[in-house]
Amino acid sequence: MGQTLAEQILSHAAGRMVRAGELIVVDVDLAMMHDSISPSIIKVLHHEIGAERVWDATRIAVVIDHVAPAATVQTAEHQANLRAWVRREGIRHFFDVGQGISHPVLVEHGLARPGMVIVGSDSHSTGYGAVAAFGTGMGTTDMALTLATGRTWLRVPETVRVVALGQLAAGVSAKDLGLAVARRIGADGATYRAVEWHGLGALSIAERMTLATLSIEVGAKAGLVPAAGPGWQAHAEARGIQVPDWLTVDPAATYAQTVTVDLARLGPQISVPHQVDHVVDLHELGRVAVDVVYLGTCTNGHHEHLAAAAHVLRGRRIAPGVRLLVVPASAEALRRATADGTLSTLLDAGATIGTPGCGACIGRHMGVLAPGEVCLFTGNRNFRGRMGAPDARIYLGSPEVAAATALAGYIAHPADVLA
Amino acid sequence: MARIWRFGPNINTDQIVPGRYAPYMLKDESTLRNYPFIEARPEFATTVQPGDLIVAGANFGCGSSREYAPLALKLVGIGAIIAPLFARIFYRNALNLGIPLFEADLPAAVVDGTTATLDIATGELRTSAGLITLPAPPDFVRDVWDAGGIVAYVRRHGRFPGQPAS
Ligand code: SF4
Repeated sequence: MGQTLAEQILSHAAGRMVRAGELIVVDVDLAMMHDSISPSIIKVLHHEIGAERVWDATRIAVVIDHVAPAATVQTAEHQANLRAWVRREGIRHFFDVGQGISHPVLVEHGLARPGMVIVGSDSHSTGYGAVAAFGTGMGTTDMALTLATGRTWLRVPETVRVVALGQLAAGVSAKDLGLAVARRIGADGATYRAVEWHGLGALSIAERMTLATLSIEVGAKAGLVPAAGPGWQAHAEARGIQVPDWLTVDPAATYAQTVTVDLARLGPQISVPHQVDHVVDLHELGRVAVDVVYLGTCTNGHHEHLAAAAHVLRGRRIAPGVRLLVVPASAEALRRATADGTLSTLLDAGATIGTPGCGACIGRHMGVLAPGEVCLFTGNRNFRGRMGAPDARIYLGSPEVAAATALAGYIAHPADVLA
Repeated sequence: MARIWRFGPNINTDQIVPGRYAPYMLKDESTLRNYPFIEARPEFATTVQPGDLIVAGANFGCGSSREYAPLALKLVGIGAIIAPLFARIFYRNALNLGIPLFEADLPAAVVDGTTATLDIATGELRTSAGLITLPAPPDFVRDVWDAGGIVAYVRRHGRFPGQPAS
């Protein structure tokens, strides 16, 4: 019998053949924790579990991204304590303020690799599926238990297979595909399941991460893109990464559901407040004026996304009264944007640039929304109050739509603005 | 008697505790108990009583991995949460903290404010709308509840759920 990617990876990690539905215990290859949850993880690890040390300091990554740089005395103090803990435990992979968001950082640095089991203190840890790792989000206590033991327990998930056919039209990107799938299967359409994204070999790792991070928005435990195709090759060759020989797409695998999407017929999608699966075609939306356009996050703040927005903005100025906030997903994204002129294009258009990290995605700093404000956001959640005031309205869209919206002052597509 | 707090579908963790009220952001972490549903339903934290029940629609707890969302509910003494489907990370976090969760779709007659008694051991929920027997959770889930959470479970059994006893 064939196996899905999740079954293959979890079989390898469990040391025996496992199937969807089984409750298993696996060895963890990498544990990621960020500043927002680390203080509570460390407390549970040492005080509730009573572990003196972590199981393996070389397999832990700590990233300061959620409030970076610190916004308050408390967050500054928590971060100082975290740095001291990192030194004391000898944590191998530490990314301080400004290095960027955990998920892109671990992928760019080649720490996340195909076939690994990665647990993270963050729901968007499904993002490691961009490089065909089984990445999954966990809470404080689960993370602390993994830090103590190097293991975790889970139920092997069934898999929903998304099959993309054909090519994306100009100005349409992975974000539109991800939102279209949320529209089709709903915010709980893949709960307790994994998602596999097929037919997307041409996509860059950045675009794969868009889909892998959006997988949690349909409830998924993991969201895997096969490690194949030109987009994968470019990433793997630059980092000398091999795909394990036991990890292949198995035509005999059993899927719980298959969702087919014709890319050529896919237009720009917008998720309207306050649920990610409330998705409409942009042209159905009517005229929605915005106060803020926010380009960034682990879903759409990569260099490719900044460049796609810059392509639309080049030689133009954003509409009066609109703030365009750009927060690169990582230092690497910012560096590349500096090197190829993307950054100056964004600045010339009137953008404000933030420190690489999560920025205002969770409404804590660097662009929090006021009551009644409307934001076109390239992130992954438009929940009420997510970015600030509970009655602010968040619309999710692609980087291309973000750029066009900043120029128009209302939610727009590049084809409308550039015509 | 417990009060039932009725919620709709897709209640996300930002509604349960917004990111701005994370322990990471608070001067005094123990004030977390003041913040469940602080924006979505401000009267909740001030009037909820220990043992009260949450009855919600599908996909309860979707969104982030923040354990402080179920922790805030534990701090106010929530007796159990009943919903047709829970988001995966929330289910695990609540289980790890020892909060009983039952997967069931309760009739609309069980309105907000209904008084009820729930026997966690048998799943018998008595309300003014009648007696409902909630479906039993898997054995390992009950074992984790009995232990009072996952850390206590691992201490008691010397292993994780799903790991053969050695
Ligand atoms: S960018 Fe937003 S969604 Fe991504 S890890 Fe940071 S807070 Fe979470």
